[in-house]
Amino acid sequence: MSAVVFAHHGLTPAERLRDAGWIAFVALILGVPLIGLTTVDVGGRLAVDTRFGLLAMAVIAAFGGRLLMRWSLDHLGARKLARQRAATDSGAGRAQQVVNVLGWLALGASVALPLAFSDNRYVVDTATTVLIYVMLGWGLNVVVGLAGLLDLGYVAFYAVGAYSYALLSTQYGWGFWEALPVSGALAAAFGILLGYPILRLRGDYLAIVTLGFGEIIRVILVNWTEFSGGPNGISSIPRPSFFGLEFTRNAPEDGHSFASFFGLEFSAMHRLIFLYYLILVLALLTHVFVSRLRKLPVGRAWEALREDEIACKAMGMNTTNIKLSAFAIGAMLGGFAGVFFAARQGFISPESFTFSESAIILAIVVLGGMGSQMGVVLAATLLVLIPEFGRNFAEYRMLLFGMAMVLIMVWRPGGLLAHREPTLRLSADGKAAKGGA
Amino acid sequence: MMLSMEGVHAHYGHIHALRGIDVSVQVGEIVTLIGANGAGKSTLMMSLFGSPKASAGRIVFDGEDITRLTTHEIARRGIALVPEGRRIFPRMTVLENLQMGAAHADPANYDADIARVYAMFPILQERAAQRAGTLSGGEQQMLAIGRALMSRPKLLLLDEPSLGLAPIYIRKIFQIVRELNRDHGMTILLVEQNANQALRVAHRGYVLQHGAITLAGSGAELLASPDVRAAYLEGGGHG
Ligand SMILES: Nc1ncnc2c1ncn2[C@@H]1O[C@H](COP(=O)(O)OP(=O)(O)OP(=O)(O)O)[C@@H](O)[C@H]1O
Ligand SMILES: [Mg+2]
Repeated sequence: MSAVVFAHHGLTPAERLRDAGWIAFVALILGVPLIGLTTVDVGGRLAVDTRFGLLAMAVIAAFGGRLLMRWSLDHLGARKLARQRAATDSGAGRAQQVVNVLGWLALGASVALPLAFSDNRYVVDTATTVLIYVMLGWGLNVVVGLAGLLDLGYVAFYAVGAYSYALLSTQYGWGFWEALPVSGALAAAFGILLGYPILRLRGDYLAIVTLGFGEIIRVILVNWTEFSGGPNGISSIPRPSFFGLEFTRNAPEDGHSFASFFGLEFSAMHRLIFLYYLILVLALLTHVFVSRLRKLPVGRAWEALREDEIACKAMGMNTTNIKLSAFAIGAMLGGFAGVFFAARQGFISPESFTFSESAIILAIVVLGGMGSQMGVVLAATLLVLIPEFGRNFAEYRMLLFGMAMVLIMVWRPGGLLAHREPTLRLSADGKAAKGGA
Repeated sequence: MMLSMEGVHAHYGHIHALRGIDVSVQVGEIVTLIGANGAGKSTLMMSLFGSPKASAGRIVFDGEDITRLTTHEIARRGIALVPEGRRIFPRMTVLENLQMGAAHADPANYDADIARVYAMFPILQERAAQRAGTLSGGEQQMLAIGRALMSRPKLLLLDEPSLGLAPIYIRKIFQIVRELNRDHGMTILLVEQNANQALRVAHRGYVLQHGAITLAGSGAELLASPDVRAAYLEGGGHG
């Protein structure tokens, strides 16, 4: 992970031990309810059982893991610094061009994909999944990549978006397009709600609290049955229609379905392709939105915050607002992705919003090269496709996944596309010109 | 009077870092603050900036009581800080760093201000598109100063600008301090370990020891003071 998020250098062994001790302590506190206590079914009644052996192991693992992580981070950080000094920026312009070309190619390929595979359900479905993760990655990129705030509970906002749409549509009959902005706004509100209490935290401590927040949302969804359907989730969520035309086999009495309106033979693929283009448009809008923001004062402020909070304050920036805006916008984008997810699946349950989702989204951002928009696309594609290809290897699938991640990080410690595009370019006479693209 | 601190105390948790500080800076002055490591020099500057907040006493800037304001509000009143260790934005370009300095300045002044900074530090114009983290230490210090100037401050705080620099750069930094004051009328509060050179450029100086002011006087008086000579010039100083 980036040396910016964990900006610590040269700790003494005693400091390392104390630091690991603290983490183990936090693990203990969190672990008592999460691991130490469990409910068991005793003759149809629930009873509480203790698992202190397991808890002790988890705490020891946290302690050892922390020591190891600190150590390797320090080493990675030192190496990265050495490289940054060595690298000149002369190659950066070319790298940027390559990335731009890559971006247009990717866009062309993604527009053409459903045409080429119009009868291959599997390909279109997988590509849709990739795009959901791209969108989530871009959303989290605002928080982690740009503002440098390590958020391990991002899935909470995805869940808020998904449940907002599910409830608004099933309970109140709202349509997709009406529910989309409202759900996004709700997710943003949750972002601010999370942002407030953790304004003073950074790095590792921030990560722990956001992790907790993600779990709280999930646990509420599991337990508040009357509201969220509990573990059974919410089903029969209406699918988005094509400007009012439903994707049904038979046209309704007084109108048309999509197929009948266009005089096509009904095919289940129509809906899938429509959903694919829908998420493609949402993702592209997200991309344009985030790229624009990056060039505005607020986006600059996020990056400056990531680089140095004290310097930011000394420049007269209100770091409270900067952080909250990053959380709110990141959350809103996650919420949009959630709305789409609910509409696509037609069924959601807390199962879909576990910590491992947060971890995958974070992995996409980090592997992509913190802050790089194209990097996110590459990483999302890889992380969705590797387990898919891995299906042939059955039980080794997750192993393959983990190995690929380790290899990428060893090969490119800064992420797949670590190069950061300046927010403005220089014209020949050295004066600033607003950057394009 | 541009700035006055009256009986200011500050704490980090239970560490009592400032114990009743009285410091004043007049318009157009260079005032320097010298003292050993850990004396509280940086703390004094930062408490002026509201972080840590003064736990007792009063800080008045430009006729306004700023004791209770937050850091960013104080910065927007016209105080700019070049923090200890520079704290440039390493992954942003030199130009972007300078623009961040102007984040809350009047956009109408931007062109004139950047021209002024480039004239003062031609190297920054040459390296405008370079990532700031790849500049040399001396260049980074110039960038930090340039960035601070982009906000057109009324008062410039410099925390150990010569720290870790080669003698040639140290001379250059002191020369800039003098020029800023003489040619641009900038009021400067300068913290330095380099007591000899700092006292030479400064109109007045204060000696800080264990969080309290133990000596005050004109630069020349302090340079001549046997106490200062013994503690900061002959034995410990490296000027
Ligand atoms: N963030 C902090 N938390 C706790 N204590 C601090 C903090 N910053 C400074 N201190 C303590 O306050 C005292 C004054 O520190 P300060 O940084 O102001 O010294 P200084 O005079 O600037 O020293 P130097 O010349 O080494 O920069 C020291 O004892 C230091 O340990
Ligand atoms: Mg200091």
